[in-house]
Amino acid sequence: MNFPILSSLIILPTIGALFILFSRSSSNYNAAKYISLFISLANFALSIYLWLLFDSTNSSFQFVEEKNWIHGFINYKVGIDGISILFIVLTTFITPLCIISVNSTIKNKLKHFLVAILFMETMMIGVFCSLDLVIFYLFFEAGLIPMFLIIGIWGGERRVYSAFKFFLYTLLGSVLMLIAIISIYWMTGTTDVIELYQLGIDSKYQNLLWLAFFSSFAVKTPMWPVHTWLPDAHVEAPTAGSVLLAAILLKMAGYGFIRFSIGLFPIASEYFVPLIFTLSLIAIIYTSFVALMQEDMKKLIAYSSVAHMGFVTMGIFTMTPQGIEGSIFQMISHGIISAALFLCVGVVYERMHTREISKYGGIVSVMPRYAVVFMIFTLGALGLPGTTGFIGEFLILLGTFKVNFTVATIASVGVILGAAYMLWLYRRIVFGEITNAEVKKLVDLNRSEMIILSVLAIVSIFFGFYPDPLLSTTSASVEGLIELFNMNVKIYTASNL
Amino acid sequence: MEKFIIFLPLSAAIISGFFGKIIGNRSSQIITSLFVSLSALISIYIFYDVINNGYTNNVVIAKWISSGQLDVNWSIKIDQLSAVMLVVVTLISSIVHIYSIGYMSHDPHQPRFMSYLSLFTFAMLVLVTSDNFLQLFFGWEGVGLCSYFLIGFWFKKPTANAAAIKAFIVNRVGDFGFALGIFLVFYIFGTVNYEEVFSQVFIYADNKLNFLGIELNAINLICFLLFIGAMGKSAQIFLHTWLPDAMEGPTPVSALIHAATMVTAGVFLVVRCSPIYEYSPIILNFITIIGMTTALFAASVALAQNDIKKIIAYSTCSQLGYMFFAAGVGAYNVAMFHLFTHAFFKALLFLGSGSIIHSFQNEQDINKMGGVYKHLPYTYTLMIIGTLALTGFPFLSGFYSKDLIIEFAYLKGNTFGYYACAIGIFTAVLTSIYSWRLIFKTFHGEYSNKNQPLSSIHESPMIMLIPLIILAVGSIFAGFIFKDLFMQQGSFIDFWQGSIFFLEPLTTNHPPKEIVYLTPILVTISIPFSYYIFLKNKSITDNLVNGNKPLYLLLKNKWYFDELYDVLFVKSSKFLGKYLWKKIDGLIIDRFGPDGLSSLFKYFSIKAVKFQSGFVYQYAFIMLIGFSLILTIIIIN
Repeated sequence: MNFPILSSLIILPTIGALFILFSRSSSNYNAAKYISLFISLANFALSIYLWLLFDSTNSSFQFVEEKNWIHGFINYKVGIDGISILFIVLTTFITPLCIISVNSTIKNKLKHFLVAILFMETMMIGVFCSLDLVIFYLFFEAGLIPMFLIIGIWGGERRVYSAFKFFLYTLLGSVLMLIAIISIYWMTGTTDVIELYQLGIDSKYQNLLWLAFFSSFAVKTPMWPVHTWLPDAHVEAPTAGSVLLAAILLKMAGYGFIRFSIGLFPIASEYFVPLIFTLSLIAIIYTSFVALMQEDMKKLIAYSSVAHMGFVTMGIFTMTPQGIEGSIFQMISHGIISAALFLCVGVVYERMHTREISKYGGIVSVMPRYAVVFMIFTLGALGLPGTTGFIGEFLILLGTFKVNFTVATIASVGVILGAAYMLWLYRRIVFGEITNAEVKKLVDLNRSEMIILSVLAIVSIFFGFYPDPLLSTTSASVEGLIELFNMNVKIYTASNL
Repeated sequence: MEKFIIFLPLSAAIISGFFGKIIGNRSSQIITSLFVSLSALISIYIFYDVINNGYTNNVVIAKWISSGQLDVNWSIKIDQLSAVMLVVVTLISSIVHIYSIGYMSHDPHQPRFMSYLSLFTFAMLVLVTSDNFLQLFFGWEGVGLCSYFLIGFWFKKPTANAAAIKAFIVNRVGDFGFALGIFLVFYIFGTVNYEEVFSQVFIYADNKLNFLGIELNAINLICFLLFIGAMGKSAQIFLHTWLPDAMEGPTPVSALIHAATMVTAGVFLVVRCSPIYEYSPIILNFITIIGMTTALFAASVALAQNDIKKIIAYSTCSQLGYMFFAAGVGAYNVAMFHLFTHAFFKALLFLGSGSIIHSFQNEQDINKMGGVYKHLPYTYTLMIIGTLALTGFPFLSGFYSKDLIIEFAYLKGNTFGYYACAIGIFTAVLTSIYSWRLIFKTFHGEYSNKNQPLSSIHESPMIMLIPLIILAVGSIFAGFIFKDLFMQQGSFIDFWQGSIFFLEPLTTNHPPKEIVYLTPILVTISIPFSYYIFLKNKSITDNLVNGNKPLYLLLKNKWYFDELYDVLFVKSSKFLGKYLWKKIDGLIIDRFGPDGLSSLFKYFSIKAVKFQSGFVYQYAFIMLIGFSLILTIIIIN
């Protein structure tokens, strides 16, 4: 491959960000917005082109680029397989929508806000195609900085508390992961993921290393009991920040579990399955109950995110094709649907300046178009067949059922609860008589809101009916991963007989 | 051809749903009714083809989900069973569409209503024509969704919204079992395609597996889990509570969804899976028990209700119970027969009651009606026909199907069978009594509505009456005409082919004459009996009520299921949610997690701050101590 397409994908948003930051013409608000929109759309087009070029029958890494940075220690190495490509496309797809959604709510420093978003896009894409642990770590952590700023600068009233909580949680995990990466380098002499896949890591150390990675991923997923930063972060973040957080940032951890936990530490992954299942089940059931009682729209959706990510972690550690493919699909689906739900909240928040559910009611009478799109995403979130939400949940539960009946049965209860809290939320906001005089003054979706939400609705319904493009992209790589995993476990058990 | 049946209603729904405002009320009504009627015509043609030429087909439309071993297609399967369902669904649906034009004429949201009806029809057709469990599940949830939309159609009514959510969630509980059933099917058979599953059932008939710590027969478990789904959708006892509440929706909806089609999906599921159920006699007995309990329970509750639609809703619940116990005793074709005839007379009763409600300007309490049969001659006659058919009055359609159910229960020959037979006869009598109570209280006696003058009561328009007349014709003749077909007699030997599976051929014996004649005789006697106690001599019923107050309250309050569930599930979930949120998340995780950590830092930094007091003598003092300490250590060493 002559043209460094992955590096272009990574660097393009940053170039755009720098351009906006330093060019004078972009001090005009609209100009900054259009430039960033243009850049992110170009990046989206590029990622679609990449997807078309991608050979989904091949399970090895493609488009690999390698540059020595610090000789013998840190290599810049990127490449993709069927697992990462979808996350890249998701990132480039959500970012322009986010940029369109940015409007009058961001009152000051719009330019810097856009720069933060674009910078974050770079980091996210970097995370999803790093093939070296060190640069993965760099991208992974650097991606948090713009998010930290977005919450801390453009957030709501308690933004400092939330940003601080967010920082505290993620810091702890990150430090442990860094130590683990350094010790891997000491043990094997490399941080190259492909090489490590082949070399394997001594099973004696796998458990500790796995736990170190887990502590970082668990926080960002987020898994119970380290989830409490998420509702606060969402509540304080501006709409675009919530969208990026829910749609992409949370997916880094799920991706990390698949790529690193299972790939690098198969023996430990096998060993810790009960832990993951337990925490996932708690996340699914516990947070669903908590979501039921929320009085703040954003908090409710944030808690439902925790429950949905519980399905993801459970699916990944079933090590079955359905479970892992389902988890990837669920992450993509959640990326689309939760993004849309946060946008929906943003739409009414902008008009009413409150997120309290009880202040609403009866808005279908004044915002019928909004009621329709909101309904579509509500149904997606509760996993109705015909939306992407169903395919992910179904495959995950199917895969889990193969491995453990009890876990799958308990997790299925979460599906009932999911319907309860989503429909109840919808009913309290949309249906009923209008009791609040403010609601009467609401105006329906404007053109740009309509465009964003319909695009998301169409995507979530299209892939609900025809998920094959996504599933066939991932299947070969997932099978390759499972093969690698099974081989490792087999060798390990044979050597211990 | 088959594709048109399915996609005509879908396109009608899309056109009316998205462009209803542009094309106007009238056009969307015409388009939806026309498209669904066309679909009905094609279905009838295919049904005809199936009967006469044994036509079957399986059209694969597209790939749906494929992951690892799992491979699922979107498809249209036409066989004897789905052909029957196609006719029932599209025919009743088109009649309801036309009726709705009149019934909803004053509603501000007519295109939306028509769109939902068509969308429902689409989902129901997808359900019945599936060739695999997953597409069935899609249709299953799809009809549930449309039911949710339509129950909550009047979105300003809090009761309607509550009922809609209740319907969806109770159905989800059933679907929880259903989904687990599908997972287990995939686990055992490695596929979810009907043909592939059904052809392997006998191999796995004795497979045992450990489920939640209990050793179970795999086939039994599959049957049980699938039946949980069926119980939810078909409102069987314990999961029935949503159906009476669903009457909050507009009456045409009740007729289409909550009487003729959607609620029978559970029966369809059991019949469709007869190749599995036949290997699970235990679960068949269980189905019989649930079916007859529901039949009896619902009929008893119907006796004490005063809302005209709730009475009919409980009646539906009860009739669905009959269908299940027919399936439970292995007479799947009889269950289908009752499903078929029931669709006509129950839709007729619902639409007829809609006509009454329409005439009374949205009054539903039968105590506030009475004495209007002269004012509503057509509706009155049609309701009488519906009631006769429902109660199984000789030679109307309900007579054939209900009597067969009772006969086959008897012929089953075991304790369950005899018991079911007895309950069946008793429930038939109850059915007759509550149905005639409805008729007498509504149409006869004194006019007792203080809010409207008698003269304002007027007959419904023709656009509502003609659909009723079509249904009345079906209610009278459907049983007689199709009896041989469903029972595979006469020129229809082996009509069902492989679509219904009997491990042992269905018995051709006849029960003793006493049993055969008992039900029609009792049913006929109960007409004058009801006339006497509800009209001529009301003191009897009053005394009965006053003498058995607890029993009456039990029935009137629907055996207190709602109250019980409210405490068990709704209140406790809310409490649990609040507890986990405030106590665990807030008081434990946050307090000892981030907040604790940050206050710990704060504590130490405040302590550290105190060292930097700014007074030079303190610094000097500390330096002195430090210096002397170091010196001491050096000297000691």
